Amino acid sequence: MELVKIHYDNKIVKAFIIASVIFGIVGMTVGLLVAIQLFYPAFNFEFQYTTFGRIRPLHTNAVIFAFVGNAMFAGVYYSLQRLLKTRMFNDGLSWIHFWGWQLIILAAAITLPLGITTSKEYAELEWPIDIAIALIWVVFGINLIGSIIKRREKHMYVAVWFYIATFVTVAVLHIVNSFEMPVTLFKSYSWYAGVQDALVQWWYGHNAVAFFLTTPYLGMMYYFLPKAANRPVYSYRLSIIHFWSLIFIYIWAGPHHLLYTALPDWAQSLGTVFSLMLIAPSWGGMLNGLFTLRGAWDKVREEPVLKFMVVAVTAYGMATLEGPLLSLKNVNAIAHFTDWIVAHVHVGALGWNGFLIFGMLYWVVPKMWGTKLYSTQLANIHFWLGTLGIIFYALPMYTAGVVQSLMWKEFNPDGFLTYPNFLETTTKILPMYMIRAVGGGLYLIGVFIMTYNLIKTAYAGKFIANEEAEVAPMVKSASVGGGWHHVLESKPILFTVLALVSILIGGLIELVPTFLIKSNIPTIASVTPYTPLEVHGRDIYIREGCVGCHSQMVRPFRSEVQRYDPKFAEYSKAGEYVNDHPFLWGSKRTGPDLHRVGGKYADSWHYRHMYEPGEVSNGSIMPSYKWLFEQTVDKDLTAGKISALRTVGVPYPDGYEEQANADLDKQAAKISESLKMEGYEVAPEAEIVALIAYLQRLGMDVKSAKTAEVNK
Amino acid sequence: MYKEVLQGVDNVAIWPIISFVIFFTFFIVLLWWALTVDRGFVRSMSELPLEDGTDINQPANTTSRL
Repeated sequence: MELVKIHYDNKIVKAFIIASVIFGIVGMTVGLLVAIQLFYPAFNFEFQYTTFGRIRPLHTNAVIFAFVGNAMFAGVYYSLQRLLKTRMFNDGLSWIHFWGWQLIILAAAITLPLGITTSKEYAELEWPIDIAIALIWVVFGINLIGSIIKRREKHMYVAVWFYIATFVTVAVLHIVNSFEMPVTLFKSYSWYAGVQDALVQWWYGHNAVAFFLTTPYLGMMYYFLPKAANRPVYSYRLSIIHFWSLIFIYIWAGPHHLLYTALPDWAQSLGTVFSLMLIAPSWGGMLNGLFTLRGAWDKVREEPVLKFMVVAVTAYGMATLEGPLLSLKNVNAIAHFTDWIVAHVHVGALGWNGFLIFGMLYWVVPKMWGTKLYSTQLANIHFWLGTLGIIFYALPMYTAGVVQSLMWKEFNPDGFLTYPNFLETTTKILPMYMIRAVGGGLYLIGVFIMTYNLIKTAYAGKFIANEEAEVAPMVKSASVGGGWHHVLESKPILFTVLALVSILIGGLIELVPTFLIKSNIPTIASVTPYTPLEVHGRDIYIREGCVGCHSQMVRPFRSEVQRYDPKFAEYSKAGEYVNDHPFLWGSKRTGPDLHRVGGKYADSWHYRHMYEPGEVSNGSIMPSYKWLFEQTVDKDLTAGKISALRTVGVPYPDGYEEQANADLDKQAAKISESLKMEGYEVAPEAEIVALIAYLQRLGMDVKSAKTAEVNK
Repeated sequence: MYKEVLQGVDNVAIWPIISFVIFFTFFIVLLWWALTVDRGFVRSMSELPLEDGTDINQPANTTSRL
């Protein structure tokens, strides 16, 4: 058979690798900074653009979408061409994809510190950037599917299927979760409210982990691990079962992020059952990866590439066993809202994604530059620093999570909370936060060493921009005997549609009933829309990222109602959130829950607390928010906000936007008066006044109804 | 509470049945395929990543082929 000469495009791979390493360093450095802020609040610099609430999303976005994202594209572009025996579909699209993605990252790096955020985790970017992400993702998709169509290899290797599932699912997730009503260029309100918003968000959030951090990396594992070990995957059959069962089951598991919340019970149980089922495909995949090295473990001892990959696959196994266990309601009751979850995600991020990326880079960079790795010894040092970094990160966080959770739940013999002051449970675990920062620091030092090693490697070799290959042209019946599945593998479009259908089934069955029951979320008559001043206050709460440390979800536990609502013992109900666009339940309690904070303290307490938290609560690690006292609320936006909220379903009367500012002035004057009586002079239009109005409103719908009931 | 919620959905009983049928059928067929698939085909598929046609320009000093 006549062989044809083709050239694989290495230049685009190189670009994505450079971007990944640079943004990896940036993202991890910001991560280290936020870690330090938690035990040394002075590192917030009393500067609004560097406070924890604003730069924590910068850290998560940079690591997920810039570090892991760029490395994913590098891995996909490298392996896809070689698996399909073709150059990418279109070089122009490759570069549009590359630069588009970097511009999106730049936009995120600018807008997040400015407080321009939707507050929905891992989907914080505002609507114009959301549109850009969708467009660039489609460019990636066209390039991916186009390459598959023009391939010279009849059958699609399993890695390619994982890439297709990634493209299809991320597109669906991103679009569904990003429905929002713009107010200005930089501000929008989620289309969904309360419980529905929470369900959509965590359906997205969970599957972003599944289809952005997991499936493309499994594809890369199935390519790079056999390449690095120079032996085929342990079981190709198992990899196929792994693929279909993973994408079928993963999509259902999102509600496990919402156990014991106001989400209907049936949805919570659905999340738990599917999460437990996930152990099977996840461990099937892990074992398939590890067994690929059967009879080659001696190489693991010598070859840093394999060391990194073995730890990565092991971390994948650990995280995917832990995830289902965390989805059991009794385990979740302890772990949710604590640092246990932070430990869990970092085993995934640092161990699975990070180490697989490092393994891939140590293998692919020498190949693309046609040389050997500059220093195996430095790579080994990186390996040990990284491994120790993960251990020093995860262990203290597990300890901190369990210790704090048990302190929250402890009662004394008289039936009162042993630690009624939340702050006590936080200061107790500060030493753990310090050790965590050391772990993160070690990991980051390892990355610097890798960067040096890779740069030296590149300088020692010569970059092969277009790698030559000799391949056979595609023959219609190249191999036989694969049955119906083999037919499927040779039909990429059909395959893509089937993958889409299988993820849509889960998504639809999970989401549709929740939308149908809109009228069935038990309504609470006393729940009314926020006042215009409270709307502004809520937007400040969103801008400052308060949701990063404070939940608004009192779970139905005696320990929680006693702590947060001792008077009426009311946990949070679904009906309380019907006007919350977006929901602000939060996922982590570094500070106390705020859903019942209204009326708990005087206005002046909030005033002093926001100005200097440490002076009101001795030892508080909350940053001070001095700028809220100088900046003023933009009343020109009030009307637009009211009408946007009405569009998404908040029952403001028609024409209310006309009188909204008058109401706003009245309420602001009242708060400013009350502060003045206690000796605090503040302009009524200062942002702090709006924020106090919002905080004092939280939980009042239920509290005032209860008070009225009692008085009757 | 959840019972009232679910009863409010039209023909709610069909949802779990549909999903069960889809899952069960799919996994049985998949399992059947995995058990009966041709060995030669599986071997050729699993060796795909190792044959990308670039052996022609493999420098002698690379460490990639362990």
